[in-house]
Amino acid sequence: MVKDQEYLRSKASYCLDLAKKLGATGSSVTVGHSISETVNFRNNTLDESNRSDGLAISIETYLGKKRSSISSSNLLDDNIKTLIEKCFETTKNTPEDEFNSLPDKELLAKEIKNLNLYDETHFDNEKKIEYLKELESVASSEEKIVNTESSFTENKSNFILANSDGFCNGYKSSSFSASCVTVAKDENSMERDYEFTSKRHLSDIKSAKELGEKASEQTIRKLSPNKIGSEKISIIFDKRIAKGMLGAFAGAISSNAIARGTSFLKDKINEQIFSETINVIDKPDMNKGVGSQIFDSEGVKSDTLNLIQNGILKNYLVDTYNGKKLNLKSNGRCGGTTNLYFDNGKISFEDLLNTNSKHIYVTETIGHGSNLVTGDYSVGATGFLIENGEFKFPVNEITIAGNFKDMFKNITLASDLDFEYSVNSPTMMIEGMTVAGK
Amino acid sequence: MSNFFDKSDLSRKDADKIVSDTLQNCDDGELYLEDTKSESILLDDNKIKSSSYSSDLGFGFRAITGEVVAYSHSNEISKDSLKKSSENLKSTLKSMKGTYNHDISRSNKKFYEDINPLEQKTLNSKLEVLNKVNEYLRKKDNSVKQVTTSFAGEQKSIEIIRSGGEVLTDVRPLIRFNVSVMLEKNGRKETGVYGIGGRQSYDEYLKNDNWKTVCEEAFRIASVNLESKPAPAGEMKVVLGPGWPAILIHEAIGHGLEGDFNRKKTSAFHDLMGQKVASEGVTIVDDGTIDNRRGSLTIDDEGTPTEKTVLIENGILKNFMQDRLNARLMNTKSTGSGRRENYRHVVLPRMRNTMMLSGNQTQEEMIKSVDKGIFAVSFGGGQVDITSGKFVFNCTEAYEINNGKIGSPIKGATLIGDGPSILKEVSMVGNDMMLDPGIGTCGKAGQGVPVGVAQPSILIDKMTVGGTKL
Repeated sequence: MVKDQEYLRSKASYCLDLAKKLGATGSSVTVGHSISETVNFRNNTLDESNRSDGLAISIETYLGKKRSSISSSNLLDDNIKTLIEKCFETTKNTPEDEFNSLPDKELLAKEIKNLNLYDETHFDNEKKIEYLKELESVASSEEKIVNTESSFTENKSNFILANSDGFCNGYKSSSFSASCVTVAKDENSMERDYEFTSKRHLSDIKSAKELGEKASEQTIRKLSPNKIGSEKISIIFDKRIAKGMLGAFAGAISSNAIARGTSFLKDKINEQIFSETINVIDKPDMNKGVGSQIFDSEGVKSDTLNLIQNGILKNYLVDTYNGKKLNLKSNGRCGGTTNLYFDNGKISFEDLLNTNSKHIYVTETIGHGSNLVTGDYSVGATGFLIENGEFKFPVNEITIAGNFKDMFKNITLASDLDFEYSVNSPTMMIEGMTVAGK
Repeated sequence: MSNFFDKSDLSRKDADKIVSDTLQNCDDGELYLEDTKSESILLDDNKIKSSSYSSDLGFGFRAITGEVVAYSHSNEISKDSLKKSSENLKSTLKSMKGTYNHDISRSNKKFYEDINPLEQKTLNSKLEVLNKVNEYLRKKDNSVKQVTTSFAGEQKSIEIIRSGGEVLTDVRPLIRFNVSVMLEKNGRKETGVYGIGGRQSYDEYLKNDNWKTVCEEAFRIASVNLESKPAPAGEMKVVLGPGWPAILIHEAIGHGLEGDFNRKKTSAFHDLMGQKVASEGVTIVDDGTIDNRRGSLTIDDEGTPTEKTVLIENGILKNFMQDRLNARLMNTKSTGSGRRENYRHVVLPRMRNTMMLSGNQTQEEMIKSVDKGIFAVSFGGGQVDITSGKFVFNCTEAYEINNGKIGSPIKGATLIGDGPSILKEVSMVGNDMMLDPGIGTCGKAGQGVPVGVAQPSILIDKMTVGGTKL
């Protein structure tokens, strides 16, 4: 069983009291406990079971505008005591930073809404095994599938965040995730693909059958790929890759990157950075949302933010420290976005495929080719050639490249948004990018 | 050395008994105890942005029978907690029966000293270096708009208890010093990053004002990039500089030669043992035994002493990298490559210091031989799809080559290639093998471990460059 709020609270207040006694002018502490159980299958047999039981504590102490932090997994009182003493000693010796401070009291979350983030159901290992057995028997039923690996993880966690301004809150959350990776082989190639599902509540995850079928189908269709020539061509990003664009966008509007001047979106508030049809929203209070939170990692209440409205940048993601630096109030985004998504576009997936006579449909990218300082983007890609709305053949060993500043203005979105993960996008088309192949 | 039983109700005797009792019907397994002290001090935007310390203590208990691995970990070292883990392992393996392999090799060699780098330098003297870096770079040129510099250090003590009471221990220091600088000129911004590190004290790496060399290198890379032009797109010849560009070897070849992917037959290399996978003259080793290197280990995380493993010899595939599990299932021996990020993770076969050895040509000859291509000097990071063999890496410093001469710098582009065939495209191997500066972290299955790479300059006849200029 995951530790209860009472236990976590007692640890937290022990820390706050101790820091105060030592002379700290402020302090904050997070205590968390998490238990997860994973079962892995490979080629229809049990491969691994993994149980993880982890306590963690992190403490920040202030002396005026001086600050330092420690973290530990050892929650014995005498260890915590040694660490807090060490932390405060370091604080004393660390130079002042005028922007260091606990969050503004009036911004702290006051009410704890129930967002249904915890499902107490325990899906024991025997049941996980049943699920994976079914999943793998479906996934491996096609002759071309030569290898299957799948995994089921159940996680339960609880935490308390407390600070010396009287904030003390926390809540339980859970997640149930399953994934399947399949390898297919034919006379020309060997390919791998995957499918996964992750939800707060057990009853919401995809069925074993659906997961297995999808993984198998997605892998087999990649077999016998061709390399294509280098050209400028319209690219359609599958949803699972399209959401990555939001990740890069979120990184570029983090108040940290803005305050440091290391983002290509610095000073772009109220400017058009996407085409007019694009809206980006970050919504923390979705019922059962995978990315939902009631307050951020500093205790600041987080409200829904319209980050992009009709293509115009409306907000950065602001925490306390960088907010003070930029003269902005924290909007509860210390730790980043919550449930982040592109709103639906106006045309259907089928119509999107038919907008041009030829596209590359990208299903996977590899490499870390996003430069958030310059906006340059270049990654390896795998996908399909689409002609006249139809999937012609798989393509690999190509790269796609462009600059986010141009790419963002050339995005067209389909109307097929689902809320599967914490970052979601409809299928996306970007025109004017360069493909490098032969 | 950490005493894991000091402040616990669990005695060494209890632990021995629980371990032996749990593993008696298993093929392999161990109790792994770990105590890590780490720190990070970061100067950014003219301020000490963070100063943090972390102490992480825990155990991972593993039992293996046949191909099935049962693992349980906790950060509570107590009798109760270990018993709970034991029950968990037994329940997973209840219907199976194995024979414990007590055989584990021993060696007295050590590749680094039992030091605690965190305590060998005071906070104030660390802060002093970071401030000097910041001042030095900001005074250097008025195009300098941002400086980030940091120290990261850790001391990890491990103890492995095997069935029958055999105990293996190791104390591993590791430090890293990093400088990142952003320049702005005529509205363009570019970043340059450089770092150094390894398994010695901070001061060992900072002597002779070495921090200045690190600053200069970061500044130089950023300056080069300020002048960069769009990179070409398409297939062409690529000359790789010595040292850190060997992450190409790491991604393209290294991961595909890890035992697990080959046992599972998901690696593009699984049926190529003994065959020619690279041009003649190409020899690649994975070596855990170089003194004080970031990727070196006295023993791996299963207790096996590390070694220098020949992967490819003169173009022929010779060995895979193995941990105990995959070695047993493939009827071979562990190469001392069993590693884990920490006690929260299972052991996987991983790389240590992966190196292509020197040949006898010069970088000059390579450049001269290229009509149209690129010269890549430094990389950000890479990734590989083990199954299809396709890999990428991102240039952070690269130049055009036109008619045998180095031309303008080009913008960061991704290079993409095919692992099993790329080494057959190597047509020249340089005489200038160099080790990387000690900055690599390799990710696999969500676990990051410190690694090293090395190579001489090489010429690759055909690779796809992912630029924007057609």
